[in-house]
Amino acid sequence: MQTKKIINNGDDAVDEMVEGILAAHSDTLRPVGGNLRALVAKNGPRPGKVGLVIGGGSGHEPSFVGFVGKGLADAAAIGNVFASPPPDPIMECTKAADGGAGVLYMYGNYAGDVMNFDMAAEMIGMDGIEVRTVLTTDDIASAPPAERHKRRGVAGNFFVFKAAGAACDMMLSLDECERIARKANDRTFTIGVALGACSLPQTRKWNFEMGPDEMEVGMGIHGEPGIAREPLQSADQIVDRIMDQLLAEMDAPKGSKVAVLVNSLGSTPLMELYIMNRRVHRRLADARIETHRTFVGTYCSSLEMAGASITLIHLDDELQRMLDHPCDCAMFQVK
Amino acid sequence: MSALTSADLIKMFRALSERIEAEKGFLCELDGHIGDADHGIAMAQGFGAVARALDALDPAAISPTDVFNTAAKSFLNAVGASSGPLYATAFMRAGAAFKGKDAIAADEAPAIIEAMARGIQDRGKAEPGDKTMIDAWQPAAVAAAAGREAGKPAAEVFAAARKAAEEGAAATAGMVASKGRSSRLGERSLGHVDPGAASAAIVVAVMAESLAG
Repeated sequence: MQTKKIINNGDDAVDEMVEGILAAHSDTLRPVGGNLRALVAKNGPRPGKVGLVIGGGSGHEPSFVGFVGKGLADAAAIGNVFASPPPDPIMECTKAADGGAGVLYMYGNYAGDVMNFDMAAEMIGMDGIEVRTVLTTDDIASAPPAERHKRRGVAGNFFVFKAAGAACDMMLSLDECERIARKANDRTFTIGVALGACSLPQTRKWNFEMGPDEMEVGMGIHGEPGIAREPLQSADQIVDRIMDQLLAEMDAPKGSKVAVLVNSLGSTPLMELYIMNRRVHRRLADARIETHRTFVGTYCSSLEMAGASITLIHLDDELQRMLDHPCDCAMFQVK
Repeated sequence: MSALTSADLIKMFRALSERIEAEKGFLCELDGHIGDADHGIAMAQGFGAVARALDALDPAAISPTDVFNTAAKSFLNAVGASSGPLYATAFMRAGAAFKGKDAIAADEAPAIIEAMARGIQDRGKAEPGDKTMIDAWQPAAVAAAAGREAGKPAAEVFAAARKAAEEGAAATAGMVASKGRSSRLGERSLGHVDPGAASAAIVVAVMAESLAG
């Protein structure tokens, strides 16, 4: 039996979504040279500014294109559902984002994205644009701490992109933007929990089986199996389980500051996210950690997957400034 | 069997497109066990784009290298993902191996498989045993090189390469993934054939059928 979706034709889903995004956000976004898979911020790129190009597969909206705008990313390359964009749109984005000060590529650590962005960087290097790459690796369930470089990038992308985008917008050098991006990534930690599967528009089949009373801790944003399949627990128990791991890995002394992201993987409603957030804040208060800002909503989804993730970024003064820096994106604003 | 022309290669790509389209559901199902269930879609999109791009060209006016380079570019930009760069690099290496030639001598044709395997290995950096498409491509390339160097007829060499790819793909069921998206599964990937290796075995089989004459 096929899953229910409000689409026309599965093969057209990504392009039709982009057409709808452009219809809603033409004040912020424009396609580069008419390419629907390469969207650039209308007021982002400018001479002397490091360009920030992000990207990845579709199906994670508002990631990635929703974070394109002045003060955050300059351009996003858009792939097929759950598939890296090819080098062509990445190169289009790079040229559009280039202000002569170099371009930073930032995306989640997945083999396909690495190959396509690396191919684009090689080819664009021949045109004389200097490209640096910072991969996001915030999903602490995907590999042990000693293998941080193998971890995948999930909802914590948002904090890492935000910090880097602010650094770029402040007209800092490519070296400085890269340093801040790496620092933000090193201090960002996420774990998700899935309650149900998702289905691709082209297959309309659940991409894994999940029992009616089950949850999976640590599941990836493409349905990659996580670290444990368990009976569904209460919100407080789930949050405690996640927070125990996040706090242990973050290892922040009392009096530290964090920002929090409670993110829906797709179909989990705000009600449940806020119930989770209640417990997150209690745990942080118990640990004597100050919460500087909290973000609750859908920031990095996995199509219609049920479930949520919690991300902490361990702030210092510099990262706090980057987080508070204004931005005006299609689907996210800081005023 | 006579030398392979650009027209023969275009025919091969058309056969690949048809066969992969037919196996799309099977490949997605395999990928559903250890990935995100879209491998068949990506492969069908890629080879479909290749067939359309080649249909627009006049075989008499282009070299075998042009055919492979057109295939590389159209596959890459239709797919992205992991299979895009891997197969695009494979086709570019095959094109480079026959640069400047109007046709490929029959006994040299298995070298296409060797060049493709090298390209995939260089781009993806996977090693045999990592549970990836390399576990099908690498044994196929070894069989092709051995047969070619021993001076065996092309049909026999292609048959050996095909068998090696199929056995290599089947063997991935007993491997724990250590590269690509399913590597995050660790032990839980055991018992499942790698979808990239399964599609690689199909690609080698179609190439063998089409090129062995």
